[in-house]
Amino acid sequence: MKYKLQYKRYAENAILIEWPSEINEILLEDVLFYKKAIEILYDKLIVEVISSYNSLLIYYISAIKDLYSEVLKLKTLYSDNASENAQKKTLWKIPICYSSNLAPDLDEFAQEKSLTIDEVIALHASPIYTVYFIGFLPGFLYLGGLKDELILPRKTTPSLSVEKGSVAIGGSQTGVYPSNSPGGWHVIGKTPLNFFDPKSDDPCFVNPGDKIQFIAIEEKKYNDINMLLKEGVYVIESENV
Amino acid sequence: MNGEVKIIRPGIYTSIQDLGRFGFSKYGIPKSGAMDQMSVKLANAILGNDENDAVLEWTMQGPILQFSEQTIIVLTGAEVDAFLNKKKIKKNKQFSVDKNDILELKYCKNNMYGYVGIKNGFKTEITFNSRSFFKGITRLEKLKKGDVVPYQKNENFEEQYASVLRQDYDQNSLVLKAFKGPEFDLLTSSEKESLKNMNFTISNIRSRMAIQLNETIVNKISSMLTSPVLPGTIQLTPSGKLIVLMRDCQTTGGYPRILQLFQEDINNIAQKRTGENIKFKIIT
Repeated sequence: MKYKLQYKRYAENAILIEWPSEINEILLEDVLFYKKAIEILYDKLIVEVISSYNSLLIYYISAIKDLYSEVLKLKTLYSDNASENAQKKTLWKIPICYSSNLAPDLDEFAQEKSLTIDEVIALHASPIYTVYFIGFLPGFLYLGGLKDELILPRKTTPSLSVEKGSVAIGGSQTGVYPSNSPGGWHVIGKTPLNFFDPKSDDPCFVNPGDKIQFIAIEEKKYNDINMLLKEGVYVIESENV
Repeated sequence: MNGEVKIIRPGIYTSIQDLGRFGFSKYGIPKSGAMDQMSVKLANAILGNDENDAVLEWTMQGPILQFSEQTIIVLTGAEVDAFLNKKKIKKNKQFSVDKNDILELKYCKNNMYGYVGIKNGFKTEITFNSRSFFKGITRLEKLKKGDVVPYQKNENFEEQYASVLRQDYDQNSLVLKAFKGPEFDLLTSSEKESLKNMNFTISNIRSRMAIQLNETIVNKISSMLTSPVLPGTIQLTPSGKLIVLMRDCQTTGGYPRILQLFQEDINNIAQKRTGENIKFKIIT
């Protein structure tokens, strides 16, 4: 499917491409297909492409000399290509321990939503979430697919420190904190996995377009996985989709 | 042979910076890099370095540094009384330093950020193609007393007779050039007028991530989807305050992007102090 896109100059060295203001997977496919096409057209030393729900920001290493011809080139690239099968996708199975010991806000969250802890876990671990893009913090995934029953506005006063690995809900979004950070979301679980590795050139194992499933685990399993990760022998469960 | 600069006194916020990271925003990694990149390019030009070589950036209060080996340094950016072994030195000029020399910088007289450039650049670790300090990305976030920063020893000092021409910051220049941001056209015409005509002032809420301005304009823009942002993006918050994103800003944001500063004016606003006036000139 082709959309009517808007092209805007963003800076001397940046062009913004916008899709209609929607969050959906068909649109995401198109955004990611176009991103890939631009990355193939240009050397990654000259251009970097930042994606979000409904836009791409094309950031050039130096000022754009002729905006008109640059936009024309990009438009041609879009119209000349079909957007099917943009990329291989992976479904990642992320172990989460939903326990009050590791998740400071779990009990209060369940109370606020008038749910039992087991119901919160069942609702949070049942969907297959879609990864839209990475932003906010290095390695923070913007996920779509949270059940309506779990929507809860952010805390009025953010916590000064949310631990790395915390799985949290803020408004209609859910996500994993990839590092220790202040944060206003309700922490309902914790994963032992590392979502950002600054020592790797490919620091995030998850890519936009991938799928995420949360698998509920006990605290013992959480500790076991932590141990395996320290020894460097844990393999994250995944399948191609 | 390698030298080390030892931090005798760190100052308020001193870090190692180059021109920042390119190509890693897709992982949520900020661009980072020096707040005033013109001053970094100037320092490196005077030293005959690569323009991206790493410099030491200090904020308002200069550091005291001790050098373990001979090399060449230069000071650029904010105006400051600087002493090399208690002898006063000027900025924008290269100086030879010897083993155990001490460079003392006082409190700056104008602007915000000063730079110490060194022959061949500082050699801290490279993470995602840059030495720019950022919490969680590099080992250090800022320099503390007793920290050491490596550099290459350099014994070949030659007097310079050529000079590098560069316009200095005009303290009286209020005007910052900006493009319309993607959400500019969602403002009402009276809001657009206030944006063009009002004087804004720099607030004391400022960091390497962002500078907030004191004044407010009416904000009737309904909420938007989280979207990419860059250093120099000016966001309009729900309370009507303007936030100018700076070098360490996040890669995406959810507030309307009403203006985008020209690159040279990102350097310019970085050097403005709390309380200083600014005006926007919108270029189409």
